Amino acid sequence: MAYFFELLINGALTGLMYALVALGFVLIYKSAGVPNLAQGAVVMTAGYAVWLFMSMGLPVWLAIPAAMVVMFLFGLVVERLLLRRMVGQPIIMVVMLTLGLDILLRGLVPGILGSAPKSIDLGINFAPVIIGDVFINRTSLIGGVIAILLVGASLLFFRTRLGTKLRAVSDDHISSWAVGISVERAIGISWGLAGIAAVVAGALWGSAQGVDWTLSTLLFPAIAVVILGGIDSIPGVLVGGLLVGILGSVVPGYLDSYVGGSTRDVVTSVIILLTIMVRPFGIFGREDIERI
Amino acid sequence: MFYRLSGVYQTNYAADRKLWKIPADRWQVIAVLVLALMAPLYVSPLYLGSYVLPWVIWSAAALSLTLLMGMAGQLHFGFAAVMAIGAYSSIHLVRAGIPFEIALILSGVVSAVIGTLFGGAALRVKGLYLVMATLAMQYLVDWVVVNVPWISGGAHATLRTPAVNFLVMPIDSLAARYWLALGWAVLITLFFLNVKRTSFGRALVAIRDKDFAAAVIGVDPFRTKLAAFFTSSFLGGVTGAILAFCYYRAVTPEQFGFNVSIQLVAMVLVGGLGSVIGSYLGAGFVLLAPIFLTNAISSLAAAGWVPVSQNFLSHLPLIIYGAMIIGFLLFEPLGLAKIYDNIRKYFLVWPFRHAKS
Repeated sequence: MAYFFELLINGALTGLMYALVALGFVLIYKSAGVPNLAQGAVVMTAGYAVWLFMSMGLPVWLAIPAAMVVMFLFGLVVERLLLRRMVGQPIIMVVMLTLGLDILLRGLVPGILGSAPKSIDLGINFAPVIIGDVFINRTSLIGGVIAILLVGASLLFFRTRLGTKLRAVSDDHISSWAVGISVERAIGISWGLAGIAAVVAGALWGSAQGVDWTLSTLLFPAIAVVILGGIDSIPGVLVGGLLVGILGSVVPGYLDSYVGGSTRDVVTSVIILLTIMVRPFGIFGREDIERI
Repeated sequence: MFYRLSGVYQTNYAADRKLWKIPADRWQVIAVLVLALMAPLYVSPLYLGSYVLPWVIWSAAALSLTLLMGMAGQLHFGFAAVMAIGAYSSIHLVRAGIPFEIALILSGVVSAVIGTLFGGAALRVKGLYLVMATLAMQYLVDWVVVNVPWISGGAHATLRTPAVNFLVMPIDSLAARYWLALGWAVLITLFFLNVKRTSFGRALVAIRDKDFAAAVIGVDPFRTKLAAFFTSSFLGGVTGAILAFCYYRAVTPEQFGFNVSIQLVAMVLVGGLGSVIGSYLGAGFVLLAPIFLTNAISSLAAAGWVPVSQNFLSHLPLIIYGAMIIGFLLFEPLGLAKIYDNIRKYFLVWPFRHAKS
């Protein structure tokens, strides 16, 4: 039973850390309608940015805000230079453009800053937290708490004046234009916010497993999280993250020894497939009704 | 000057239905075909084996995929998995003693049957969700191939292809492998060009433009979508088998990973969706441009003209590949086929400005 609880709790915490990656995806999709398949690479870039500032001698509490500023600007630039030209293009163009950006970042960032894994020391003790018989990974624990706080903060943010504008944009671009909201600026800001979320994800994942190109593979579980939770729902990120994390930890915990390992990707794939076949818009997502 | 006409003016339907409506186009195709057939005579074995042969095979793969993505409009991000099924089943069928020619067809059928399951998702969703569903299926097929020892021979095993004959030609010399691959590419090309002129091809195009509207005019979306996945997966499976027997000759699961699927989609998009010449140009460009550019920059770096580190050079193919995809989508979304078309139209009526058709 302790084994089960250990898998459950650590899975849930890992899932919350997936939710951090997925949050950036949802923020962009919600306002711009763009599926940002480069979010994994953006998280990797953010991890490199945090590492870069820390290796320049900044303390953690300064390096992370500095990285946030850089990644906010990065998001703005990507939106302005690449995605704005894709407005009105078929979805395959947007998907492939973000995949191209993913490939480019995966080459460019490790190519310039070095491909050997970098470590980020956030000052988190690596000794596990022990409750009863259950060992809990301390980084995941802190990451999970931060994920909940960040999702809560984004929910609150969407009630502010700026957040209301973003919600209006996510409802309808043309009507937002009509009432004087700058759609371009709103979409740019959502890209910037996704960059900030990526810094949090990159710092936590980077301290958990080191900063190198493998951070960009977080995209796949993050996709499962957003598909399950609903692609345009921020609370859905938390629920989807918990489910993906728990299933991705408990099922391999019991099955791996029978079928030869790495069932985590299988669980993730099956979650994506089942969600799409049963309820494509996810648990909390908004169902799109297609008109001819 | 080159085409010796001022535009395309058909005077009867038979002329309009021809595959190559202009004599000059026909001569160009024949010239390219003759050049391609004689390639083993004048291309050095190194270039033939490592550039021309993969180019031909990947062009066939891109054609199979563009049948689905360009003509039927169904996005597919798991095509490498379909090719993997073809490659592995052909090897196992040949090992079981089935003649190579029949094994090729059977492996196509196996991939077509499994590939049609991919199409099951297309019946439910489209667009972005279809991308995600096919992507998930790619991971599932990958996992099955890696983790079932009966298929791959173990997690890190390499499966060597047995020696085979195609009809009477033993597939062991480089030239023989090249000719088999070229023959298959020509066959797919002819199939693709002709399927555009059939009722099935028109049904695919109707589904691409709007599936509800297609249903209204009497095209069954259920059957047509599944048939599109079936046909494309059949061609993809046979291409996978050709890839295994003619090029790799030792198959590992990594050769058919998710990155390969993305690369195939990139070939189709860089070439131009639904275009035959685009598939050839796109496959060649995506496959060879990063190699040549990297070689050029490496030699510049070795000469000391550009100061870049070894680490950067090792990431350069990835950077060029990604930048290439982004560049094409931003500046020429219709791909190399459109560039070719512009050049062709310019010369069609040269020295005048505006061409019809």
